[in-house]
Amino acid sequence: MTATTSEPGLRPVQKSRYKRRSKGRGNFEMWSWVFMRGSGVLLLFLVFGHLFVNLMLGQGIHAIDFAFVAGKWSNPFWQVWDMLMLWLAELHGFNGVRTIINDYTEKDSTRWVLKTLLVVSALVVLVLGTLVIFTFDPCVDPGSTLSQCK
Amino acid sequence: MWSWVAHRISGVLIFLFLFAHVLDTALVRVSPDAYNSIMDTYKNPVVGLGETGLVAAVTFHALNGLRVVAVDFWSKGPRHQRQMFWAVVIGFVVLFAPFAIRHLSIVFSH
Repeated sequence: MTATTSEPGLRPVQKSRYKRRSKGRGNFEMWSWVFMRGSGVLLLFLVFGHLFVNLMLGQGIHAIDFAFVAGKWSNPFWQVWDMLMLWLAELHGFNGVRTIINDYTEKDSTRWVLKTLLVVSALVVLVLGTLVIFTFDPCVDPGSTLSQCK
Repeated sequence: MWSWVAHRISGVLIFLFLFAHVLDTALVRVSPDAYNSIMDTYKNPVVGLGETGLVAAVTFHALNGLRVVAVDFWSKGPRHQRQMFWAVVIGFVVLFAPFAIRHLSIVFSH
């Protein structure tokens, strides 16, 4: 089949100079599209689990205080759960808001200001959140009466 | 079209909440009293209604997100997108109604 391309005006497909991808950006937008779907499905389980345990079980919202957080973060299971949820949710939201900024801003300067705010806020949330989960000390008060501190 | 608009609005709302939620939870690293005093200011009917609205936004965004995944990856997805919108509505009522009853009864009973 490959030897029959002798008709004038026809070129083998391999020699086509048409390229779908723009140079430099790689497949970034395709991978961000894949990430939105994958992280979204994972977040469905992580967030519904978070809401069910914190708001539906026991005393619901009235049980939320320092002792409640201390009880959860004494367990590595909830530390890992919350860290995964933090990173996936923040990156998912970052990517979503980035798309919205690209869709609605017309001036380059407006887009630059909004994206700078977005990057700074995402860095604050990710760094602060991760530090808090893993440097948390349930017994920071020396007179603590929590069961983990005895 | 309207589910697309609602997906964007609910997404932005959840993103803004996440920012506040990480900052207020970070107070556990300041002191137990700092965290507890902020949590106490949240325990009133106005914030309780806000939490209920937030869970409504999360539930819709999650279920409609599954519909978006099905439209993108399931070969028959685009053809059934309208039926799947009604599945999102039914799933929303099934998940959100029990939550709203439980949460609002806790919020308004104290």
